[in-house]
Amino acid sequence: MYNSPFLRQKASVRRVMVTVLVAMLPAIAVQVWLFGIGLLLQLAIASAVALACEAGMLALRRRPVARALGDGSALVTAWLIAVCLPPLLPWWMIVLGTAFAIVIGKHLYGGLGQNPFNPAMLAYCVLIVSFPALMSQWPGLHGGDAAAQLHWIAGGERTLDAMTGATPLDALRTGLHGGGEVASVMQSAAVGPAFGHVAGAGWEWVALAWAAGGLLLLAMRIITWHIPVAFLGTLAAIAGLASAIDGAHFAGPAFHLLAGGSMLGAFFIATDPVSGATTPRGKLIFAAGIALIAWLIRSFGAYPDGIAFAVLLMNICVPLIDQKTQPPVFGHKLGKPDGGAK
Amino acid sequence: MLPRLFSFNGGVKPDPNKGDSTREPIARLPLPPQLVVPLHQHIGGTPRPLVGVGERVLRGQRVGGADGNVSSAVHAPTSGRVIAVESRLMPHASGLSAPAIVIEPDGEDRHVEREAFDWHAASPGEVRDFLRDAGVVGLGGAVFPSHLKLNPGKAGHTDTLVLNGAECEPFITCDDMLMRTEPEGILRGALIMKKMLAARQVLVGIEDNKPEAAAALKAAAAALGDTSLEVVVVPTRYPAGGAKQLIRVLTGIEVPHGSRSTDYGVQCFNVATSLAVFQALEQGEPLIRRIVTVAGNVERPRNFEVAIGTPIGFVFAHAGLKPDTDKLIMGGPMMGMPLPGVDAPVVKATNCLLASSAALFPPPEPELPCIRCGECARACPADLQPFELYWHSRSRNFGRAQEYHLFDCIECGCCAYVCPSHIPLVDYYRYAKSEIWARERDKDAADSARERFEFRNWRAEREKEEKAARLAARSAAKPAAAPAATDGAAPTADAAVDPKKALIEAAMARAKAQKEAVAAKNTAEPDAAQQAQIDEADARRARAAATPDSERTE
Repeated sequence: MYNSPFLRQKASVRRVMVTVLVAMLPAIAVQVWLFGIGLLLQLAIASAVALACEAGMLALRRRPVARALGDGSALVTAWLIAVCLPPLLPWWMIVLGTAFAIVIGKHLYGGLGQNPFNPAMLAYCVLIVSFPALMSQWPGLHGGDAAAQLHWIAGGERTLDAMTGATPLDALRTGLHGGGEVASVMQSAAVGPAFGHVAGAGWEWVALAWAAGGLLLLAMRIITWHIPVAFLGTLAAIAGLASAIDGAHFAGPAFHLLAGGSMLGAFFIATDPVSGATTPRGKLIFAAGIALIAWLIRSFGAYPDGIAFAVLLMNICVPLIDQKTQPPVFGHKLGKPDGGAK
Repeated sequence: MLPRLFSFNGGVKPDPNKGDSTREPIARLPLPPQLVVPLHQHIGGTPRPLVGVGERVLRGQRVGGADGNVSSAVHAPTSGRVIAVESRLMPHASGLSAPAIVIEPDGEDRHVEREAFDWHAASPGEVRDFLRDAGVVGLGGAVFPSHLKLNPGKAGHTDTLVLNGAECEPFITCDDMLMRTEPEGILRGALIMKKMLAARQVLVGIEDNKPEAAAALKAAAAALGDTSLEVVVVPTRYPAGGAKQLIRVLTGIEVPHGSRSTDYGVQCFNVATSLAVFQALEQGEPLIRRIVTVAGNVERPRNFEVAIGTPIGFVFAHAGLKPDTDKLIMGGPMMGMPLPGVDAPVVKATNCLLASSAALFPPPEPELPCIRCGECARACPADLQPFELYWHSRSRNFGRAQEYHLFDCIECGCCAYVCPSHIPLVDYYRYAKSEIWARERDKDAADSARERFEFRNWRAEREKEEKAARLAARSAAKPAAAPAATDGAAPTADAAVDPKKALIEAAMARAKAQKEAVAAKNTAEPDAAQQAQIDEADARRARAAATPDSERTE
């Protein structure tokens, strides 16, 4: 016996997760086209490890394995890890990162829906803190043939300059530290070509592909506009203000929006509903906070891209943000809000 | 002129499924061999039975009298003989039984002498009493006694009377068909209510998927020639037919949970209720029949005019229940309740009888964890955060659930309808609400136990004191008499009074000591059970103190 409502929309967690996977395809395709097929192998490794860890943890926790595996959430975590890591990492690193995300980041907190931190960003942070050198080696545009890429991923000897180049964010940081200015670094002979038109050769296209996937998520009502708009808007505003004040040392908004993980973060990372804020106002605050912290880390911190740390730091604030931003209830809109705080 | 429409947040758009049951006009269902008329068919007190077993009753005769003002009468739907006054199965999800008058129709359908009631001349209070005794209650499903709502409240007048013809639930078409067939009666009932509420205008809200009903009412309004009547077509979106949602759509006013809508200058009635008011006041016909939609997994979906008390199985038999039916539902698929059996009777709240099959309403898929996707919050017409309510209800954190406005939830089911994790969210809210009600009852019970205990102590003390005072007075009287006798001479007043005073004081001191001993004995050693009860009550009170009063239930 069950009770009303007896009617239910055709909706499922699996459908949500599969839509997210589909929305990731354009950016994955662009990334493979521009940076080589290494990413595909990483996606395969991450998926296999994520599913194995998910199944193992479900069995240990005595939960129905098949049903939970089928929800697709582990695959989404795996793919997000794979796309945000440099694609030529040795295989054991992505195994380590994915296993950490699923076992510690997800299941030790209670599994799907219970994790306070974004599992993919946990994996990224664990790896960048543990192996900073390897994590900064991105392949250059069309860097290396397939055989060489696979050789690297399999753990073969790495010859640094052969295939890798600094990411635009990294190159800018190094250039500025070396006493250069934004304009001169971007036009320098050494690293200049890496910057492409605005924010890095190739990276601009990857960023646009993420934005396209994000618009699909918006159209499919998987995410709302609040987080992407607040994130990109805040990032553009801060970057614009800083570059207007001191254009020699701070890159402009276009660079920040299209470089690194900005678009991926705006549409796919910060919008994770489990670890993110849920109220409309809370989402705006949450996303603006991520943008601010990410910009601070990019501009003043020790790491080239700060989105992962920014997301984790704002994840901590989510319970507070949600509690303080409860929307007014029907009929209580004019009166004082009496919910939320105890 | 097109009135400005407002909107409420959230809502869902399930397939209306209203076509099948509106093809045929309303049919009058024959009388069953036995009518089971429950005494309690409304919000409020249970009526007292006015007839006994074996008694003959006439159609329209009152068989249950309203118990106080917050109650409503019930009537015999036809003439016949009372064959039992006993507990019978009720149309209630829990399968509970409740007192009912069981009538065997004699087939003559003889009407009781109609009371001529000149409501124009009567005072508003008299009209309300008449409607209470005519058993008029809200026919939209809430069955709140209508006479209680026909009061303009503090201001003495109301701005808008809203007639609810939205009928937003899928499958249900009883109001639709009623509006098509009885538009004039509905509007004339509305004008009566408008006068009682001293309202400025009447707005009839109808969802745009019922063009025939809207056209019929518009024509009737034009024929009546009353410019204060306006028929407004509103967009189809469940739950636009929720009273608060419809008031919002038509007037822009949001009536908060727990307050009277008349305080906001607006009152809302279902169109069928309006017709019942008209029939009671103008035709002297109490509420003994209603329109019931029979739909879902039946051969001949249709609307029937059914005598209250007709067994549900009898109704379904006329519509041809299909063999693969797995469940019977009273109400619509969004808010209806599963019926315990076909013996339960049609009551005033029965707007729809829905047969369910696995193909029509598949059983829910297994529940998955909440992923906080927020779909429920986007669908909630009360602007709640359903997943937070779920979270706190599930963890039995009822105080927090109330802080998140649990009791503002109207149980419309939109959240569960959209949930991708297939969580039966409304079940969690029903559970939390009933737990909170149970705790409040427990607290009240513990409070009265404590009061009884304290009163007993106080009484015991008082009796001891009185006894002590009596003893003191007696022992004082004795020695006072003795010296008077031995001295022989008339004693001076002082001599007589002093020893008396001393004796009295001594006695009082003894009594006081005794009283203290007694009091100590009584308060220091309540028995273990009493002590446990006191502790429990204190703990509950402390917990309850954390809950703001404003969020208590109505």
